[in-house]
Amino acid sequence: MFKAQVIIKRRPSILDPQGKAVEKGAQHLGLTNIKNTRIGKFIEFDVISDNRQEAEKEVNEYCLKLLSNPIMEDYEFSLSEIKNAEKV
Amino acid sequence: MSPKFGVVVFPGSNCDHDAYYAIKKILNQEAEFLWHKESDLKNCNVIILPGGFSYGDYLRTGSIARFSPIMNSVIDFANNGGIVIGICNGFQILLEAGLLPGVMLQNVSLKFICKDVYLKVENRNTIFTKEIPSEINTIKIPIAHGEGNYFATEDQLKEILENNQIVFKYCDADGNIDESNNPNGSLLNIAGIVNKNGNVLGMMPHPERVCDPVLGNTDGQFIFNSIINHIEELVNS
Repeated sequence: MFKAQVIIKRRPSILDPQGKAVEKGAQHLGLTNIKNTRIGKFIEFDVISDNRQEAEKEVNEYCLKLLSNPIMEDYEFSLSEIKNAEKV
Repeated sequence: MSPKFGVVVFPGSNCDHDAYYAIKKILNQEAEFLWHKESDLKNCNVIILPGGFSYGDYLRTGSIARFSPIMNSVIDFANNGGIVIGICNGFQILLEAGLLPGVMLQNVSLKFICKDVYLKVENRNTIFTKEIPSEINTIKIPIAHGEGNYFATEDQLKEILENNQIVFKYCDADGNIDESNNPNGSLLNIAGIVNKNGNVLGMMPHPERVCDPVLGNTDGQFIFNSIINHIEELVNS
């Protein structure tokens, strides 16, 4: 079994008004060194498989077809094996 | 024969009854609700994907509804030339389903916007616009959305322009299209587009909300009457 952690980011060419608005808050906090705030998504799930290649394939399909929209977003993910003892 | 409209109901749809009411009670056409878990389109000639917040707008607007069982039938129907109109959340679902090009981003203002807007009819030769009288320069239809900021890649936009797929643009009452009349930041003020074949329309404004004369504006009727007349002409020809 694997634990997958996916990060979805807006493509650099796509405006992120939410990031801009949040950064205004940083300015109000006096954090003047904070620049280029961009807000994305973090998604975590388990993949019930003992085969890393197979798990990667499935995660890629999940990311491409549902979790992200390739027109406006890029994704990256990591897979870490969960040992039997950690299984709930 | 008069056309039969199917209004798809997703969990979270909230303009389904408005659409049904406008079609059935105001325009006196046959209408039926289609539950998203079904796959039978019940011989409908026109499919409406209504506005609302399908699946709570989780992940991205329309992204989960796009995988509802009924959508496979809607995609087949559209690919075979069937008439589909997606309004607001319905437009977002059509984009996610790949039936229309592009994607919807959050409004530039980050605000949910609910107000009347004017639309310039950019293409009057569509199934959805041919009954708009030529002397009418703009139509007034309300919007109500938080994610209506239309975006397409350069390649997609090129194709959209080449095929004359832009149907409506946000403008002022006189038809001026500029940044000050763009409520949400949409690329080129785009408010509605059709697919390449012209049988699928997506639009952010809500024509079903301006059909009943008691509401003081019936501009939405132009769009539904265009569809009705198109089908009647097809049958009679």
